[in-house]
Amino acid sequence: MTEFQTNHPTDEETVQETVWEQEVAFIDSVPRSVAMTFVFVVFIGTWQLVTALGMVSPIILPTPMETFKDMIFVGQNLLTGGYMLDSLWITILEVIYGFALAIAIGFSLGVLVGETAFGEKAVMPYLVAIDTMPKVAFAPLFVAWLGFGIESKVALAAFIATFPIVVGTAAGLHAADENARMLFKTMGASRMQTLIKMKLPTGLPQIFTGLKIGAVGVMAGAITGEFLGGGKGFGELIRVAASQLNTPRVFSLILYLSVVGLVLYLIVQWTQRRVVFWQKETVGSYDG
Amino acid sequence: MTSAAAHDYSGVPQGAPVYELTNVSKTYARNQVVALQDVSLTLRKGSFTSVIGSSGCGKSTLLKIMAGLIPPTKGRVILQNKPVTGPRRDIGMMFQQATLFPWKTAAENIVLPIEIRDGKAAAKKAMEAAHDLLEMVGLKGFEDVYPNELSGGMAQRASICRMLITEPAVLLLDEPFSALDELSRDLMNMELQRICREQNATAFLVTHSIQEAVILSDDIVVMKPRPGRIAEVVPVDLPRPRTLDMMTTQKFGEIVDRIRAMLDKGEDM
Repeated sequence: MTEFQTNHPTDEETVQETVWEQEVAFIDSVPRSVAMTFVFVVFIGTWQLVTALGMVSPIILPTPMETFKDMIFVGQNLLTGGYMLDSLWITILEVIYGFALAIAIGFSLGVLVGETAFGEKAVMPYLVAIDTMPKVAFAPLFVAWLGFGIESKVALAAFIATFPIVVGTAAGLHAADENARMLFKTMGASRMQTLIKMKLPTGLPQIFTGLKIGAVGVMAGAITGEFLGGGKGFGELIRVAASQLNTPRVFSLILYLSVVGLVLYLIVQWTQRRVVFWQKETVGSYDG
Repeated sequence: MTSAAAHDYSGVPQGAPVYELTNVSKTYARNQVVALQDVSLTLRKGSFTSVIGSSGCGKSTLLKIMAGLIPPTKGRVILQNKPVTGPRRDIGMMFQQATLFPWKTAAENIVLPIEIRDGKAAAKKAMEAAHDLLEMVGLKGFEDVYPNELSGGMAQRASICRMLITEPAVLLLDEPFSALDELSRDLMNMELQRICREQNATAFLVTHSIQEAVILSDDIVVMKPRPGRIAEVVPVDLPRPRTLDMMTTQKFGEIVDRIRAMLDKGEDM
């Protein structure tokens, strides 16, 4: 063992270790579960306070308890296969068909726009033009063309969800860097090989971002379609409940609907984690 | 033929010509810039040639022409007695970035050139060769590892394997280690020398580093800009195998100084 000579006295009392506490703000040190519960409690508390003090009419804003009771009622109806389950199933079908249609059209258009100069020059400007329009305004047209059934809702849902998928796919195809392109050229790869073996896999993170935005849009499209075009879905239940000033019902239906939207989003996210296994999580961790 | 027989240590490689460029010129039609003027160059079997020059001297253009990525405006480009009219499997190339694809394992990345040219079945057959190459570059056991788990130096080792899998006649190296830190870079250069000797490879390196050029090369092509052309070909008569110690010798210093003087002169023009 080597003895280190120091200028300090060696008796134990005077040896000072350079150990110090790094300051962490209290708000950043709270665990996620506690923080989430806190926000939830504050939200419900404020809600309770506002309704209990009679600041707003109960017709406009029901109490948390009323809403909770109605959620149980709706939940029972759904679990026992009541009429609400039929409505929910119709909406779920609209969402599934709409999303599938949006993926098929959006991906194809995205490849056309992202891969070919023709698509970029001749198709993209029109897509941008249509994308800037308020798409729900097309709902009456879809009803006129496709009737009051599920088709017009599927069309509107797909219509809204298509654009983010187009943009995501096109952006994804542009994500490959110059080195990768050059490498594929030196390997004598055909255009199709370059697209399938390099550009598409490289662009998967962007494509999935488009799919996630599309998944949110498809839900909005289906419900808007039901609001404006009748039918038998969950959106119609909401519309009817609202017209009867049954606000607790409106709230609880929206909450159940949000579960459907959340499940769809999580399915896309789960698929992304499986398919794009090499992508590092960039959103969702705040450990900085 | 061993590498020792390919050189008489005078710096002049004795192997048969592999790559021959004769009066190659490139004018970009877009802006009428003469990127390359009358470049003639012969790469002999087993030789290591570097090209060095300030930016705009046309070395990237030269490399792209040699890789078959762009056509010359004038001149002859002959690899193994056949004119280069596009990318070929007997041309191996390596870039500044390793450019390994994260969805493929190291071994899958290495057989990618085979997969592209001959299909998946051929790529599967080449797996064994990929494993051997990985062992040669010191990455045994990393066959099934994804690139995200490789360091920069390891990734470049893997990309050397990818370049070698098609058994190319010439290796075109575009500043392959310039993205690495200096310590890894020296190490990788020595690795590169060893690999080139083992394979009796014919290599052509584009670099910004005079030291790197001198320690690796038999010949150094010094280029001048506007228009891009060869100023001089400097032979390096340091014995092989080269070691990093040689970088401190007087002879090494003299060659470096000579090239630096040439490059400085080029700047004034």
